[in-house]
Amino acid sequence: MIYVVIAFLWAAIWLYLLLGGADYGAGIIELFTSKTNKERTRITLYSAIGPVWEANHMWLIIAIVILFVGFPEIYATMSVNMHIPLTVMLLGIIARGTAFTFRHYDAVVDDMQHVYNRIFAYSSFITPLFLGIIAGSAVSGRIDPEATDFLSAYIYSWLDWFSISVGLFTVAICGFLAAIYLIGETDSKEEKRMFVSKALRLNIAAVVCGALVFLAATYEQIPLLDWVFGNIYGTLAIVAATLSLILLWYMLYKGESRGIRILAGFQVTMILFTTTYRHFPNIVILKNGGYLSLLEHRGHDKTIETLGWALLIGSIFILPALFYLIYSFQKRKANVH
Amino acid sequence: MDDFMAARSQMALSLGFHIIFACIGMVMPFFMAVSHFYWLRTKDEIYKNLTKAWSKGVAIFFATGAVSGTVLSFELGLLWPEFMKHAGPIFGMPFSLEGTAFFIEAIALGFFLYGWDRFNPWFYWFTGVIVGISGLASGILVVAANAWMNSPAGFDYVNGEYINIDPIAAMFNDAWFSQALHMCIAAFVATGFAVAGVHAFMILKSRNVRFHSKAFKIAAIFATVAAVLQPLSGDISAKDVAQRQPAKLAAMEAHFHTEEAAPLILGGVVDEEKEEVKYAIKLPGMLSFLAHGDFKTPVTGLDQIPENEQPPIAVTHYAFQIMVGLGMIMLLISVIYFIALWKKPGWLNSKWLLKLFVAATPMGYIAVEAGWTVTEVGRQPWIIHGIMRTADAVTPMPGIIYSFYMYTAIYVSLSIIVIFMLYRQIKMVDKLYDNQP
Repeated sequence: MIYVVIAFLWAAIWLYLLLGGADYGAGIIELFTSKTNKERTRITLYSAIGPVWEANHMWLIIAIVILFVGFPEIYATMSVNMHIPLTVMLLGIIARGTAFTFRHYDAVVDDMQHVYNRIFAYSSFITPLFLGIIAGSAVSGRIDPEATDFLSAYIYSWLDWFSISVGLFTVAICGFLAAIYLIGETDSKEEKRMFVSKALRLNIAAVVCGALVFLAATYEQIPLLDWVFGNIYGTLAIVAATLSLILLWYMLYKGESRGIRILAGFQVTMILFTTTYRHFPNIVILKNGGYLSLLEHRGHDKTIETLGWALLIGSIFILPALFYLIYSFQKRKANVH
Repeated sequence: MDDFMAARSQMALSLGFHIIFACIGMVMPFFMAVSHFYWLRTKDEIYKNLTKAWSKGVAIFFATGAVSGTVLSFELGLLWPEFMKHAGPIFGMPFSLEGTAFFIEAIALGFFLYGWDRFNPWFYWFTGVIVGISGLASGILVVAANAWMNSPAGFDYVNGEYINIDPIAAMFNDAWFSQALHMCIAAFVATGFAVAGVHAFMILKSRNVRFHSKAFKIAAIFATVAAVLQPLSGDISAKDVAQRQPAKLAAMEAHFHTEEAAPLILGGVVDEEKEEVKYAIKLPGMLSFLAHGDFKTPVTGLDQIPENEQPPIAVTHYAFQIMVGLGMIMLLISVIYFIALWKKPGWLNSKWLLKLFVAATPMGYIAVEAGWTVTEVGRQPWIIHGIMRTADAVTPMPGIIYSFYMYTAIYVSLSIIVIFMLYRQIKMVDKLYDNQP
């Protein structure tokens, strides 16, 4: 049953990265869109993420609930040492979620819209940045549960070049996913072209940030190269992701909006797979060389058992409904076309 | 303020903020479903507009409630890591189920908010009902988790170790039913009175009277029925607390000395030093009756509770008095409303009745906050009753006070924005639906 729970945890993180990532990315794109195109982008963006954005958000909650029920020690350690980045991320979530709703539901359209827009766009950038920082810190080996002074316990646990580059990499990936997703969501040729060029730029940004992660890892003496390429699966996944990138650009050129989504999703999946595979079952590397492991630091058997059943039963209800939601809004769009 | 108090204040603030949005999210979908039902049945445009107008309000509150709830799931760990480390695996079951319920709610809301005119009307109506049912289920599950803190179950605590964990037994702890029942009814009372009050105000201002009258009636009926039921569930809760947490009951009543035929104290000023309540009305034997169903049975006083296990008395007592007092006023208004409905239809159009409802607009929510203060402050100094002290659960991180200031600033500004937006929504009813008389 523990593997069922771990599979759900991984799936929740994966789906959050894909769906929630595209969601954040939409805001990031808005942040980097020229003033003249902003309004149009906003409308496309809203019709694309509106119906599902609440649902996207749920993957994070599912992941966090799995952590605190099934792996309380990991949750507690992260909560203490990652207090500051987690708080910043939460602020981002609050600001983003409320601004997104407010700007749509404010009955009067006036200057307040600018405020909502700005908050939405900036928090769309900050939230994934800090999500990435937290993810990077989990493996950077800077977390020291025994530290007593403020700086090493609560600041240096996450403030290093490696974690920051992972954060930037996450932002770039989110933007890339959103651009790819939005290409298929718009009818106007002009807008399509705009999203294609955004996708290209964000793709380059992601590659640059990815390189930055490796550079920072070398600088911080984190054996990232060995983690990724030291095993056959990691190497294969990265090679597959790189090859699919070529295919993606070919399909983009051909105007295949469905194909590119699958490929972009595939690439992100491969990246997440590579980064988690090597460490499994460890998810946090501590400063003293110790690990927090999903197998060793799990809750009691009975808890894992009931949690697994709750997740399985829950997914029977959730998944068909969620697919139907996405399907109906996609179909509706197809009918309108 | 030290870090510990700052952490407690931040948690109180976050929960106090979330509880309002959660209540609205639990209850409003039912109002919408009723109005929507009338629209489908009678094809009266007003009901359609009302459903739409309400659904916009719900969207605002749901989004705010969803983010504040997400924040809470992190805050539990950020502020109380030691608690979550031990309690998570035991009382996590309702949270994992709540995740499912909330997810379904979000999906159904996606259909409901974005699917108008796009689906079979009854399917569409049904998604609205699902929003309500899953919202209510979420509420019950979260309260069940809170009840576990009051009434720990599903484990054995041996030499500081938590063993023989049974998450199902933890979920169905002794307090879950009485607490969940009280909270659900409270949500209906509070939201019902708030919504009815706003619409009553608009009727008084002669704005879109037909629109607001229909809205008022739906909300008022939910509110008043719930307000009549609430004292009954309150009685179940009181008897339950008397059994399980005598210290909390004693603090609620500022009942300092154990005695037979204990009096019920109304009003008054608590003097913790002298262990007495000045200027209060005392109803002899009533406390014994309410706590144990008999006018004679002694009620445990604070003198039987070790000093380091006593909750803050004054806060708990005042909060309890506020909750019960407001509950009684709302009960009275409800009785008047029922008389008007059945015997005196003339009252229904009278200004004074509407003014009563306007005056009651915030009462339900004040009562909810007060009641929540009773249950949380009354549990102190424990975070898990009798097992773990709140002070032992707090995060080691210093400087929580700054975090508290920041959250205060955020929640205050969010509240202002939400009120501002709601004001604009209501102001726009004329313009959006001005084809109505």
